[in-house]
Amino acid sequence: MPVMYRGIIEEHNYTRTAASLFDVSHMGRLHFVGEDVEACLQRLCTRNLADMDVGQCRYGHICREDGGVLDDVIVSRDADRWMMVCNASNREKITAWITRHTAGQKFEMTDTTVATAMLAIQGPVARDECNRLLPFDVKSIRRYRFLSGTYMTFGYVIFRSGYTGEDGFEIVVPAKAVPLLAPRLFGDDSGGANTPIKPGGLGARDTLRLEAGMPLYGHELTEAWDPLTAGQSWCVDLEKDFIGAEAMRRIRDAGPKRTVVGLELEGRRTARQGYEVCSGNGVVGKVTSGCLSPTLGKSIAMALVSTDVADEGRELQVDFNGKRTVCEVVKLPFYRRAKT
Amino acid sequence: MSIPNDRKYSESHEWYLLEGDVVTMGITQFAADELTDITYVELPEPGAQVEAGEPCGELESVKATSDLTCAVGGEVLERNEELADEPEKINEDAFNVGWMLKIRVADLSQLEKLMDAAAYEKHTEEA
Repeated sequence: MPVMYRGIIEEHNYTRTAASLFDVSHMGRLHFVGEDVEACLQRLCTRNLADMDVGQCRYGHICREDGGVLDDVIVSRDADRWMMVCNASNREKITAWITRHTAGQKFEMTDTTVATAMLAIQGPVARDECNRLLPFDVKSIRRYRFLSGTYMTFGYVIFRSGYTGEDGFEIVVPAKAVPLLAPRLFGDDSGGANTPIKPGGLGARDTLRLEAGMPLYGHELTEAWDPLTAGQSWCVDLEKDFIGAEAMRRIRDAGPKRTVVGLELEGRRTARQGYEVCSGNGVVGKVTSGCLSPTLGKSIAMALVSTDVADEGRELQVDFNGKRTVCEVVKLPFYRRAKT
Repeated sequence: MSIPNDRKYSESHEWYLLEGDVVTMGITQFAADELTDITYVELPEPGAQVEAGEPCGELESVKATSDLTCAVGGEVLERNEELADEPEKINEDAFNVGWMLKIRVADLSQLEKLMDAAAYEKHTEEA
């Protein structure tokens, strides 16, 4: 997936008003089979997976013993296997970690990344279009659920999930099936399939997820802090015993010293990862991500700041190489799609 | 993409158009296309002095923030105030409506070190 096809802002806006197709095949896709799979995944992930139905997926993290985040993942339970999608940049690290921590268990992992492709179609018309264009009953798939099966000679999995704040699907098929499938799924001004779906690139993907308040590994989630600090306690089950749980219980009990917050800046300058966040004369944190929000028309950012300045409405400043810009702590997400 | 013959170019993708002793400068369409959607431009005010080879402003795009360097030194006579509200004019038409500064140049020989259109075109092909 390139940074852009037509323009980052154009693709961003198009995703919010129609639908874009993102080729996210680079992301890691792992399958697990064996008697011990559920127990192993419970030990590896922050999220409670025990009461998941077949056909359900859940977001969570894989952490180190000290609570540092190794990756954020989506884990899915199918009838005959479990699946995990992880970040492309962490695939090697995660597969090595999983192998190490499942040694001697009845647990078999298959890395299906290279043999498969994943296409994400996101936007208000995504569901209707996918329903019309694909020979599957996608309308029946509920949020954070998936449909899996075989079509002609290939296996498919269609997740109703995404990383843009819009509704849509993430479709996994064998790499060989892409030339059959993809041309049906998007058109552009120069022809192609009869659909409003257009390709979208990495640049728009980043501005979309940021508006939706979603973290990006390497920015809001890193090995240097835990998921509670990153504002993700909603998907961490501290009653469960998983790698990192003990450290995180201590952090919860003492209260995290730092927190990831949303910031709305005055003016039109774009805050970048690493810019210092200040209060009065002191540095209170750092920007983790920032952009000039195309949908909101405001400069927005996420930042890791001292918990004592993390309250909503608090006025802070972002340091742009010596020049300060005033900002305000706001609740995440910045953007929520209209409920239909 | 046609590169105007009437001006000079720097390796960092600015153009300089000399009329008398006043140089109008901007960034090239190549640079604007590489940056993609420009969201903010910071330029020195009229009356400010710019130094040749030193950063004199900043360009922010959706992709990245980068310094604006001026290859010539002198006094800023005018800046394109439209860019404050409509920085995307640079993406639209970098060589004309996207102009940035008019500078009274102290040392015109600084322009001689710059590339002509043909040399700049070659430079963009190698980039």
